[in-house]
Amino acid sequence: MLKQTEGSHAVAEAIALCRPEVICAYPITPQTHIVEGLGEMVKSGELKDCEFINVESEFAALSVAIGSSAAGARSYTATASQGILFMAEAVYNAAGLGLPIVMTIGNRAIGAPINIWNDHSDSMSMRDAGWIQLYAETNQEAVDLHIQAFRLAEELSCPVMVCVDGFILTHAYERIDIPTQEQVDAYLPKFEPVQILDCDEPVSIGAMVGPEAFFEVRYLQHHKQLRALELIPQLAAEFKQQFGRDSGGLVRTYQCEDADTIIVALGSINGTVKDAVDEARANGQRAGVLTICSFRPFPLVEVRAALEKAKRVVVLEKTLAVGLGGVVSDGVRKSLSGIALKGYTVIAGLGGRSITKRSLLNLLKQADRDELEPLSFLDLNWDVVNREIERGKQQRRTGPIAENILRDLHTNAAARTS
Amino acid sequence: MTAQQPVKFYQTGTFTVGNRLLAEDDRNVQANMRRTNSLNSGHRACQGCGEALGARYAIDAAMQATNNQVMAVNATGCLEVFSTPYPETSWQIPWLHSLFGNAAAVASGVAAGLRARGKKDVRVIAQGGDGGTTDIGFGCLSGMFERNDDVLYICYDNEAYMNTGVQRSSATPPAARTATTMAVGPHPGNVFGTGKNLPLIAMAHHIPYVATASVANLRDLEAKVIRAMSMRGARYIHIHVPCPLGWGSAPADTIKVARMAVESGLFPLFEAEHGEVTSRYTLRRPVPVTDYLKLQKRFAHLFGKTPDTETLTSIQAMADRNIRVFGLQGQEAV
Repeated sequence: MLKQTEGSHAVAEAIALCRPEVICAYPITPQTHIVEGLGEMVKSGELKDCEFINVESEFAALSVAIGSSAAGARSYTATASQGILFMAEAVYNAAGLGLPIVMTIGNRAIGAPINIWNDHSDSMSMRDAGWIQLYAETNQEAVDLHIQAFRLAEELSCPVMVCVDGFILTHAYERIDIPTQEQVDAYLPKFEPVQILDCDEPVSIGAMVGPEAFFEVRYLQHHKQLRALELIPQLAAEFKQQFGRDSGGLVRTYQCEDADTIIVALGSINGTVKDAVDEARANGQRAGVLTICSFRPFPLVEVRAALEKAKRVVVLEKTLAVGLGGVVSDGVRKSLSGIALKGYTVIAGLGGRSITKRSLLNLLKQADRDELEPLSFLDLNWDVVNREIERGKQQRRTGPIAENILRDLHTNAAARTS
Repeated sequence: MTAQQPVKFYQTGTFTVGNRLLAEDDRNVQANMRRTNSLNSGHRACQGCGEALGARYAIDAAMQATNNQVMAVNATGCLEVFSTPYPETSWQIPWLHSLFGNAAAVASGVAAGLRARGKKDVRVIAQGGDGGTTDIGFGCLSGMFERNDDVLYICYDNEAYMNTGVQRSSATPPAARTATTMAVGPHPGNVFGTGKNLPLIAMAHHIPYVATASVANLRDLEAKVIRAMSMRGARYIHIHVPCPLGWGSAPADTIKVARMAVESGLFPLFEAEHGEVTSRYTLRRPVPVTDYLKLQKRFAHLFGKTPDTETLTSIQAMADRNIRVFGLQGQEAV
């Protein structure tokens, strides 16, 4: 059913349609509206046979989900930012135990400095934890990916994160098609766990594993992700057949066939990037977009197929791998092994910095002239950065950096207006 | 008064009751032919391990109380490591280990999952050592308590991080030597005025049931577990379990050491419901704390040629305070 609704609430409705049995909630912006929506549905009786638990931390939230999943219940939680760091130990543990938990990440920056706005640092920090990571481009896709995520998680017995850009998607009101219960029931079968705590057939789960077997257990996590490379497109195709729309899959291409320059991006920025590409094409530039939906597993083959005919690739990243550059770029480069095309990493949008169409058009022009540095920072205020670096050279006790930068911005803004 | 004994039949010198003097139904769980051996023999615990003993009695008692419908969540620690050197496992019940600090939360999740799936008869126990309970798992434990989740949490308290090599925890007593509270300097061992009393903190959550127990009094321990399993909601049992390795006591003396802790007043045995003490084990003839301390090398620096009378007096004062505060002063047996 089409409705005008908030992204978070639409996700909550999608989760409810998946008939979760245990939901654990701990508040962190911008994930809060999702679990609030679910809590209301459980308390009102709209969502039946479901336990909604308010826990005392994100570490507990995922730990409760680990317990409930091992007890055979379909389990869900959501978090963001500091929350995923606080639960990091349990993130790895859930994957190591092979428990098919689904977790929404309302993508948000990581402090310090504390910042509630969007980037991808949080989920990217857990990229090697053994979870599947799917990134939603729109709120419609966020809804659809969650339905696919339970199916994927349970078929593989592997946890899945659905990453939804904080505020940009979670708090945006737009037209979303919410599927019917019948549609979701037909797509998502009852949870049949591969392992379960059962008094009739007692098993020990979570034993100590030494050098003789740890390696094999860890490899089998990788094997699940390799299987997911096959399963994700299948589930997306089946989804299209039953729900009538494209959602999910490993990657999506836009205007890539004849493109000289292809921008690679994850999540909600793809909408703006496509607009920029349209405008660039109107100006005679041959540009395209490769949207990566599945970041883990990383679809090396599909990325290569999409990029191999281009002259250059610009990876637009909402995470800074401090001391290196880009995180997504690593995978993109790996996928292009042996192909000589120019590769640029552009870090953008950190801590909610707007990524505008104008900046992207400018970026595309620079890229077409191959004037980009291998690593660049879109709309970084170099004046402020350089002044702070200079301060550090002048004196020892420069004080806290974040506060210096804010004071500097404020002083300069005041100077301009006076 | 202890949890289970309206009438006392003491065996000379032990204060424990002989099963053969009791009707079959009153005999302890371990004396029962149908005992479940939930924590089966063959595990890798040290000789004289108080935790292995306590866990076997506790879980078997819970099994008897629930028609064998028990599953357990284990924190990382000695009990977890020595019981599951896979492919061998000593656990005859469904058992899950996740992490060091989350046993209470995982158990809450298991209970929620069972409830959602309509498995109301299956009961959940979480268990861990003092480090996993009073330190790293404390947040999750307090959360489980305040939500009154239907979990019995059992802490096997051996007063330090034994699995990692005897480091101090917030349950380590004053003056005790550990690898991180060395017996050197002007005030050797753990400092005074630190640590936390988790049974009292549990009581402050006003949960349905809190009890302390000791491997020195296994009938009492069983009775408290059975009592706990007769209730729903968050319950907590704190069991004092000597560790020969960490305490430097003789493996054969585990029960004796545990008994001296109780009989000196250093480890009071009591039960509480909804935040109020409902029963206590009274001391007929309190023993001096030195009877307890002298059995353990971790306190050896208090003795020797010139005993540290000041420290010994302070420890005795702790025991005396417990006897006063918990009302442990009993009457001589008639």
